[in-house]
Amino acid sequence: MTTESMLANPAFKPLRDGITVARRNLIKIKRVPDLLVFTTLSPIMFVLLFAYVFGSAIDVPGVSYREYLMAGIFTQTMLFGSTLTGYGLAEDIQKGIVDRFRSLPMARSALLVGRTTSDLVNNVIVIIVMSVTGLIVGWRIHSSPLEALGGFALLLLFAYAFSWVFAVVGLSVRSPEVVNNASFIFIFPLTFIANTFVGVTDLPGPLKAFAEWNPVSAVTQAARDLFGNTNPAVPQPDAWPLRHPVFTSLAWVVVLLIVSVPLAVNRYKKAASR
Amino acid sequence: MMEIAIEAEGLVKKYGAVVALDGFDLSVPQGTVMGLLGPNGAGKTTAVRVFTTLLKPDAGRARVAGLDVVADARRLRGLIGLSGQYAAVDEHLTGFENLDMVGRLYGFTAKASRERARALLARFDLEDAADRPVKGYSGGMRRRLDLAGALVAQPPVLFLDEPTTGLDPRSRLGMWDVISELVAAGSTLLLTTQYLEEADHLASRIAVIDHGKVIALGTSDDLKNQVGGERLELTVSTPADIDSARAVLAPLASGEITVDEPARRVTVPVTGGASALMESLRRLDAEAVKVLDVGLRRPSLDDVFLTLTGHAAEEESS
Ligand SMILES: Nc1ncnc2c1ncn2[C@@H]1O[C@H](COP(=O)(O)OP(=O)(O)O)[C@@H](O)[C@H]1O
Ligand SMILES: [Mg+2]
Repeated sequence: MTTESMLANPAFKPLRDGITVARRNLIKIKRVPDLLVFTTLSPIMFVLLFAYVFGSAIDVPGVSYREYLMAGIFTQTMLFGSTLTGYGLAEDIQKGIVDRFRSLPMARSALLVGRTTSDLVNNVIVIIVMSVTGLIVGWRIHSSPLEALGGFALLLLFAYAFSWVFAVVGLSVRSPEVVNNASFIFIFPLTFIANTFVGVTDLPGPLKAFAEWNPVSAVTQAARDLFGNTNPAVPQPDAWPLRHPVFTSLAWVVVLLIVSVPLAVNRYKKAASR
Repeated sequence: MMEIAIEAEGLVKKYGAVVALDGFDLSVPQGTVMGLLGPNGAGKTTAVRVFTTLLKPDAGRARVAGLDVVADARRLRGLIGLSGQYAAVDEHLTGFENLDMVGRLYGFTAKASRERARALLARFDLEDAADRPVKGYSGGMRRRLDLAGALVAQPPVLFLDEPTTGLDPRSRLGMWDVISELVAAGSTLLLTTQYLEEADHLASRIAVIDHGKVIALGTSDDLKNQVGGERLELTVSTPADIDSARAVLAPLASGEITVDEPARRVTVPVTGGASALMESLRRLDAEAVKVLDVGLRRPSLDDVFLTLTGHAAEEESS
């Protein structure tokens, strides 16, 4: 039998379990950097594509399109990054690792907390790489450092909330590949029926309403404001959520977490290797 | 009185229309090895999942190490080790990192967890590969690592679900040695298998499971006796010898002698084991019957399965 002296203080066990799991996932990022490379390559490609191909064709009055664009690509990339959570969990179920974890005396929350946390770290790396790319092609932050930090924090918070949404997806489907396909169904309407690449004012009725209430729009608008990538000449959105983008973004984060955390925990308890 | 380490009463588990467990009963005394033997789809994994708190039964109850698998699930997890049907090791971690992670999740201090991981790697002959990612391990090495993972906390009750499925014969023998050592060390073990010889080799008692129910229970000898006694099988060198052999051995037979003409094989039900064998050889020699091969055969567990269920163990696998 295990002796007392071998056991650590049980007080912070759930927290330590979460860290143990997160560490495991981070080792994987280190050993298989392909994942990180691909999650950063596609946003770099997006930045370059929009900056050099569409940049000259799309005109936003009063501000360089490259600057206007960055917030949108940031938001989109964060959303893509959060799908990794679902992929990773589905993979763990498929390989029987969830079964092993569930048979251990570890905190119920640890696998999910650890996974969402390591994916957050992943997103931090991605956001740094993207910022550097942006700076190279001419993106600049025109606000105070504090506001800029607020912008990055908001993007990461948004990614974290969506990690939990994709955790629910990952724990509900039968294979990691399905997570990928399922997430496209979410992500494309969310990122394109939004203010990511163009303003929403010219969209037809129902699409316009969707775009105005879309969390992606709120976060993009908030990041744009916080990075100072707008100026008074840019037509201000008239919809309420986009006039209060930081509040709306935070509200979305809270709602997404309130709904998806309990759902994910519930799915985890039932998850079986199928 | 012997303590019961694993106990199930009337377990039922349904997946839609499929009844995976259908009134499953089992009782395993402390310090013994129970082999749960059954074909693919019989319900072995489902039973193991109930015992290891991964699955709530629809009906019935189960206790492991004196704790209810549903009500005391949380406490029970500290007392069991599970090595599932598919080696649940993380490909991207090294062998050491895998075990160290499990140790920490059991609540070990960093130091205790590392020491335990190293000790297990040495014991399972994985020292050389300890710091390589599991990706490069062979099937046998992964299986051993997975088993080591189940032993991290030295749990008093162990569950091994088909520990040798998918292994080549040599790795299988290696795995048998490892498991035999565990058994000798006094762990209570529930081991599932589709291999009849494996249950025979490793388990002191065998429960035969089919369609979610235990249909026979006992030692390997009990089961063999249930199916019928021993028999003498001999192959003679010429067709003419068949009749002489039959005549010579008739007085020793405890039942009807059967003959397989093309194979020139004569099968004689006997009692008395080895002495019947010696006596028959003496008589055959005295009558100068030329014998190519002779042996005393006890029914194999395959025969057991056929007798008990009316179908061969392999028949159902899909
Ligand atoms: N998650 C599941 N969903 C649906 N059916 C299942 C599930 N798990 C097992 N079954 C079914 O239950 C029966 C018993 O399965 P299992 O316990 O895995 O058998 P064994 O381990 O003996 O091969 C099989 O018919 C199998 O198809
Ligand atoms: Mg099975």
